[in-house]
Amino acid sequence: MELPIDYATLRVIWWALVGILLIGFALTDGFDMGVGTLLPFVAKDDAERRMVINTVGPTWEGNQVWFILGGGAIFAAWPFVYAITFSGFYLALFVVLSAMILRPVSFKYRSKRPSAKWRSFWDWGLFVGGFVPVLCFGVALGNVLQGAPFRLDTDLRAFYEGSFIGLFSPFALLCGLLSVSMLVLHGAAWLTVKAEDGPVTERARRIGEIAGLASIVLFAAGGFWVAFGGMGFRIEGLADAAGPSNPLRGAAAVRAPGAWLDNYGRHGWMMIAPILGFVGAALALYGMRFNKAWAAFGGSSASTFGIVATVGVSMFPFILPSSYDPRSSLTVWNASSTHLTLFVMMIVTAVFLPLILLYTAWVYKVLWGKSTTGALATNPDLY
Amino acid sequence: MDPAVIDLSRLQFALTALYHFLFVPLTIGLSFMLVIMESVYVMTKRPIWRTVTRFWGVLFGINFALGVATGITMEFQFGMNWSYYSHYVGDIFGAPLAIEGLMAFFLEATFVGLMFFGWDKLKPVSHLFVTFMVALGTNLSALWILVANGWMQNPIGAAFNPDTMRMEVSSFRDVLFNPVAQAKFVHTVSAGYVIASVFVLGVSAWYLLKGKHIGVAKRSMTVAAAFGLASSLSVVVLGDESGYALTDNQKMKLAALEAMWETEPAPAGLTAFGIPDLAARKTHAEIKIPYVLGLIATRSFDKPVEGIFSLVAKAEDRIESGVVAYGAVEALKNNPSDVAARATFEQHRRDLGYALLLKRYVEDPRTASPELIKKTAWDAVPNVPVMFWAFRIMAGIGVLMILMFATAFVLVTLRKHDVKWFLWIAVLALPLPWISTELGWVLAEVGRQPWAVDGVLPTFLSASSLTVPQLVTSIAVFTLLYGALAVVEVGLILRAIKKGPFAQHDPVPDGEPAEPEPMTA
Repeated sequence: MELPIDYATLRVIWWALVGILLIGFALTDGFDMGVGTLLPFVAKDDAERRMVINTVGPTWEGNQVWFILGGGAIFAAWPFVYAITFSGFYLALFVVLSAMILRPVSFKYRSKRPSAKWRSFWDWGLFVGGFVPVLCFGVALGNVLQGAPFRLDTDLRAFYEGSFIGLFSPFALLCGLLSVSMLVLHGAAWLTVKAEDGPVTERARRIGEIAGLASIVLFAAGGFWVAFGGMGFRIEGLADAAGPSNPLRGAAAVRAPGAWLDNYGRHGWMMIAPILGFVGAALALYGMRFNKAWAAFGGSSASTFGIVATVGVSMFPFILPSSYDPRSSLTVWNASSTHLTLFVMMIVTAVFLPLILLYTAWVYKVLWGKSTTGALATNPDLY
Repeated sequence: MDPAVIDLSRLQFALTALYHFLFVPLTIGLSFMLVIMESVYVMTKRPIWRTVTRFWGVLFGINFALGVATGITMEFQFGMNWSYYSHYVGDIFGAPLAIEGLMAFFLEATFVGLMFFGWDKLKPVSHLFVTFMVALGTNLSALWILVANGWMQNPIGAAFNPDTMRMEVSSFRDVLFNPVAQAKFVHTVSAGYVIASVFVLGVSAWYLLKGKHIGVAKRSMTVAAAFGLASSLSVVVLGDESGYALTDNQKMKLAALEAMWETEPAPAGLTAFGIPDLAARKTHAEIKIPYVLGLIATRSFDKPVEGIFSLVAKAEDRIESGVVAYGAVEALKNNPSDVAARATFEQHRRDLGYALLLKRYVEDPRTASPELIKKTAWDAVPNVPVMFWAFRIMAGIGVLMILMFATAFVLVTLRKHDVKWFLWIAVLALPLPWISTELGWVLAEVGRQPWAVDGVLPTFLSASSLTVPQLVTSIAVFTLLYGALAVVEVGLILRAIKKGPFAQHDPVPDGEPAEPEPMTA
């Protein structure tokens, strides 16, 4: 069967689609997790905490699907990446999953009993369910930028040669902190939009300002590290963009310090991503300082978008380089599903993603309005 | 690879999947029961039906949270623990998982919040629409997961590609309309409907025995009796067996669960009882019901049902043919343009998976002796006693469920909601459908062994290259976490049941009485 879109183009489309799904995750579940991380610090008594939880109460569940879908889409579009990343980062992902298992139950169980000890326990569940995954995602992306220590044998079975502790290199930790500050900023901005004005939003804005400044500093520091810290990989010779998905065939990848900046020289427009990262954070800072809720949220969203996109465009066409055996590196050209699978899945996504955005928007519209402590007494449905 | 890694990976998958499936079927079934209850509310506008809906909605919510939480593990566990599997069949298997997210899980998760929080923000009809979207989402979710699992049982629409060393899709239509997947979907969601019906029936019966919340309990019992009767019939009549005549491995599964060593001439009888003896390769003290198996398995009176001995002989031939395919793949690895090797491969490609069975004993299947091949052919037989007993308990409970719901249906039709002995049966029957569904998965997954994907990829080759300490850590923590959550979950459900339908929304401070039940019901 002749498919209307060629294999190489579809591979690039899927690179963009996975990027969109991961950014969708960072933008939506990101503020839920930011709010979870902030919960013990911005809300002091039970009424405040309930008010904060209810800013995300009815929608966090849908937002979390971006994470699940991200996993499913990577499985469908890049089976190699799914197989190697998750088994290689086994214990790290295990920690993330354990923390994320705590989140749904914390939301649901917390309000089921009045005892203060019970509620405080699940509040910390929400904190762990927000903070730990956010930190780990940052650390994981740091490791992806540096390359992961894996190799493939001729059956294309993957062997991981690193350790759990090895994941926490100084650069990866910096990425982890950047991830935390970025999403704490985003969560604080969400609270300025959705929580009633008062002591909670004041605390959120104060913490948000610190997080915004930290994001800018850490993003800049990370940028310098990537540029001058010896990171980067390059494909030697011409990659066969429509070749079979087999990393051991075709052009080989090699280490090339500084190569993560190559794309910006070749495609100047890609600079938009890092610029958005900085400008967005600055706008959010302005919103926090002068109490402009929508500037804060718009800014934190733009910054989150820009920072995640920066990782993607810097590495293109690499998805997961191997620091142990660069030949085994996974790229957009050698790690994808077949032409047919990519095509069918693109059609399915093109039909359902707009539908998802449509009904998600409707749900947000129905639930429009600020979360207040006053409503807690009158509305028995709230958490 | 270290056999302990394989065993621990299987243990972890079994534990997390079986645990996940304690909550999923109740979600699948209860969501539709909520739609039924709320529809009655919208049509009759009687507030009691709103109370009924919201009460079961609270229990739905507590159950849903843990279903979602444990589902997160499932989505990522293939990559974490079954890395080679994920690479080998990801081109086919990943798609239904991604579609599940796009088409189903987003739907249920986005609307579930509104279902709980939207009672006062939406008109009754709009709220019913939201509840329906949740039910649709959960059921579509089951569809895509079973399309994925059905493909593992009957991997059609795909072929091995030596250039990429993996299975690749050739027809999505075949994958989607896989008859095994379709049968599994109907069977599994029906089982979910039965679980939800038993849950509603049992809790309502408890209220009736205690003389509490009579109005809500009677109405709930009526819904459960009707829905339960329809679904318990469907789960048995539209069982999984329809797919058992399709492939050698499906036939093997049938032979194993019947402990049927010799081919049964048409029309085959069903073994009602027996004691399978693995060492002697025979079944003692068999009691057979004539004709039934032939009808179920082949949908005919004139086709024989193949026994284990004959299927093992087939497996032996396929291993021999697979070794040829394996040799061709090795040649193609070194020289992708080797025309002769490609032709040989095309001829034997269907049996490649069988050669991989030899990798348990030898690094290179081409070096296997004829004796080893003979021995390995017996690996194609799943654990016969486990299959035999799991099937009998599962099916036995299925029949009991039909009897119970038929009785319930007669009683509610006669408006006899107060028959004590039956109410006790309904309460005591609560655990049964869970035992049955869990055994159903044991049958499906143990029955597929030694394969991860039937005839394509053995389980022992599918695992990730992990270490024993990694797996022990994750199994220990998952067990602790899941165990603790199970205790909390059951505690909260019992608490919500104790509080009853009129105090469910916010916690009444401990010790205070809940609102009294209105006299008009």
